[in-house]
Amino acid sequence: MTPVLRLTGITKRFGPLVANDAISLTLHAGEVLALLGENGAGKTTLMNILFGHYVADEGSVEAFGRPLPPGSPRAALEAGIGMVHQHFTLADNLSVLDNIAVGTEPLWRPWSDRGGARKRLLDLAGRFGLGVRPDALVADLSVGERQRVEILKALYRDARILILDEPTAVLTPQEASGLFDTLRRLTSDGLAVVFISHKMNEVFAVSDSVAVLRAGRLVATRRTAETDREELAALMVGRDIKPPTPAPMEPGEPVLALSGVTVASGHGRPLLDAVDLTVRRHQVIGIAGVSGNGQTALADLISGLIHADSGSVTLKGESVVAADPAAMVQRGVARIPEDRHAAGLVGAMSVWENLIAERYRDPAFSRFGVLKRGAARRYADEVIRAFDVRCPGPDARTQLLSGGNMQKLILGRTLAHRPDLILASQPTRGLDVGAVSYVHGRLLEARAAGAGVLLISEDLDEILALADCIAVIHHGRLTPLLPHDRVSIRQLGLLMAGHWDVLKEVGHAA
Amino acid sequence: MEILDVLVSAAFWTAVLRIATPYVLGTLGELLCERAGVLNLGIEGIMTLGAMAGWMAVYQGGGLWTGVLVAMACGALMGLLHASLTVPLGLSQHVAGIGVTLLGTSLSYFVYRLVLPQASTPPTIQPFQPLDLPGALAQTPLTYLAALLVLAVAYALYRTPVGLAVRMVGENPGAAEAQGLSVTAVRVGAVMAGSALMALAGAFLTLSAFNAFFFNMVNGRGWICIALVVFASWRPGKALLGALLFAAFDAFQLRLQQIAGGMLPYQVFLMLPYLLSILALVLVARRAAYPRALMIPYRKGER
Repeated sequence: MTPVLRLTGITKRFGPLVANDAISLTLHAGEVLALLGENGAGKTTLMNILFGHYVADEGSVEAFGRPLPPGSPRAALEAGIGMVHQHFTLADNLSVLDNIAVGTEPLWRPWSDRGGARKRLLDLAGRFGLGVRPDALVADLSVGERQRVEILKALYRDARILILDEPTAVLTPQEASGLFDTLRRLTSDGLAVVFISHKMNEVFAVSDSVAVLRAGRLVATRRTAETDREELAALMVGRDIKPPTPAPMEPGEPVLALSGVTVASGHGRPLLDAVDLTVRRHQVIGIAGVSGNGQTALADLISGLIHADSGSVTLKGESVVAADPAAMVQRGVARIPEDRHAAGLVGAMSVWENLIAERYRDPAFSRFGVLKRGAARRYADEVIRAFDVRCPGPDARTQLLSGGNMQKLILGRTLAHRPDLILASQPTRGLDVGAVSYVHGRLLEARAAGAGVLLISEDLDEILALADCIAVIHHGRLTPLLPHDRVSIRQLGLLMAGHWDVLKEVGHAA
Repeated sequence: MEILDVLVSAAFWTAVLRIATPYVLGTLGELLCERAGVLNLGIEGIMTLGAMAGWMAVYQGGGLWTGVLVAMACGALMGLLHASLTVPLGLSQHVAGIGVTLLGTSLSYFVYRLVLPQASTPPTIQPFQPLDLPGALAQTPLTYLAALLVLAVAYALYRTPVGLAVRMVGENPGAAEAQGLSVTAVRVGAVMAGSALMALAGAFLTLSAFNAFFFNMVNGRGWICIALVVFASWRPGKALLGALLFAAFDAFQLRLQQIAGGMLPYQVFLMLPYLLSILALVLVARRAAYPRALMIPYRKGER
């Protein structure tokens, strides 16, 4: 059987970083190839080269036996390659039909064949079971619907090779299994699919063969049926990682209590809707949910960035009214922000400046409004050593650090002062397996030392691994706390999708 | 009583349509640029250049329509300059636009002085004449052209493939790129077309409204167009409405000056249309859905 797609010796450098190192791959019709690797292994770069977003420094791409000119998405589209990006490439203010039809007609034709486009779209949607509303604005669609639009966009252009970049990252478990059904329909129709993922269970659920990338190099290709999780994990990480496990602990006194907290959004439904939540010492509370369901508002509330419109917030028994972030830090709230680049660190400033950013008014670091640079640098040296931050020193510019080391820096800043409450929003997003287990280990140490941890994560595996109790957030409402050993992934998935009648089921089990 | 008389007089509405024409054209031009994601603060200078170039072509012996074409070509060239700076090079659209305005304005005065070093009173040309129609319909051809262009731009934006491409690069250039469109080509094209319309707005002043070019004749009309685009929520039909509304305020204050001039300093009346515009902006445009990629340079293959 001749391959539909052949990559030969692809190399791509970003400055000193080699993102892809002489990678060769083949793909056959009717096959699902999983591209497995940690974040930063080079999966997305490779596919962006294939689709013409980047130009490779070396190597060539061949589709259906013909070489593909580099750096041209149009050539890739014409060769029958469609890509569903991790961050959807849809225009929110345009309709589904507009998003799909744009660029498919001769640009200078003085009219659009809207009727024909609509018919073709509905035909495809029916054939592959991808229900869409052609006239709906993309902004009004759920994440799962947007993904269907992306797939239809590729099919509308007669794609025979479909690339999906981390397609399940934003889906509930149920939506993900719907996607897998769609992929099977596509391959039975003769399409070839490249499925990029860093999640092992998906690889086994959907792929025929698997290619493993590590640090920009292709380390192995296997038939999925002839390999197992252990082998793939070892290939992917390159060393044995033992994930830390929480020891059972008796919860202590409450450090944070929210009661009936509502935060209005200014339009439509509130960001947080009558939320009740208690976090105790020696406890990790996991907040699960699909992104955009109020997690950011919850984190902002506890950071002091926004305030409750009604209801009460109590910190260590004291009521909190209109406190700003500085006051919350002083009261013992440590924060690991959701976006370390945007809210966690100032990339253009040095490591030591970032480390004292929350405490520069402290007499230890300033006197009469003048910084004590020596003391701050010595302190930074200590934190760098204690938290194993790999950097040239306290004066290094923070943006030169890797994601994992940035996160260690934030951990150092937040955990060095024995906080009472740790607010960890997506603490391991974008980190490799080694850094993930380091972060998890430190959070569990803090829990053992008496902190309460509120873990907000979109990664169910992370929540199940760390949390003593889990609450699911949906449309700003929060379920009661569910003990982690009494609730299944299926039930969590249904709760994340808003089917709260499942709570009865969980209640009966408890 | 007198105020009501003003509102029903044909002369008043004739004036409204005449005053509105450059605003309609300028707003359409700015709207095209912004729909493609490029703010064009060069509008004031491009209008000045259009006014000068159109007039100069006619003064040198060209026909009126030749003047119109020359003005639009000059506008398109200025648009190419602005687009080259802001699209492939990705420079700040604010800074580039202000630069284009300064260049366009001073270039116009310079060329005018170069050709006519001695002129103390501005020389005149024979401008477009109003069509022989009753009442407020007695407008020059350029006013009718402006009305047609509103329809044409609306049709192009919403009913043609190229219009969809323009809207797409203004909303999400990454998505346009992924659909095989060249973001650079679409943006540069839209900015050039928009700038040509701005120059046409300027040419209306010297070829239709007046018969001469003099310094400071655009007089902030370009800035008003930028506000009108926001007022119009980036829609051609609403742009027409906004331009008419502003022109009505302007024509009304002129007549109020005549009626009530003794009671208040005339500067108060001059302020009136601007104050009312700000008020209308506050009321209408607070929740405008602006093009998402407006003022964000697009660089291909950037991490």
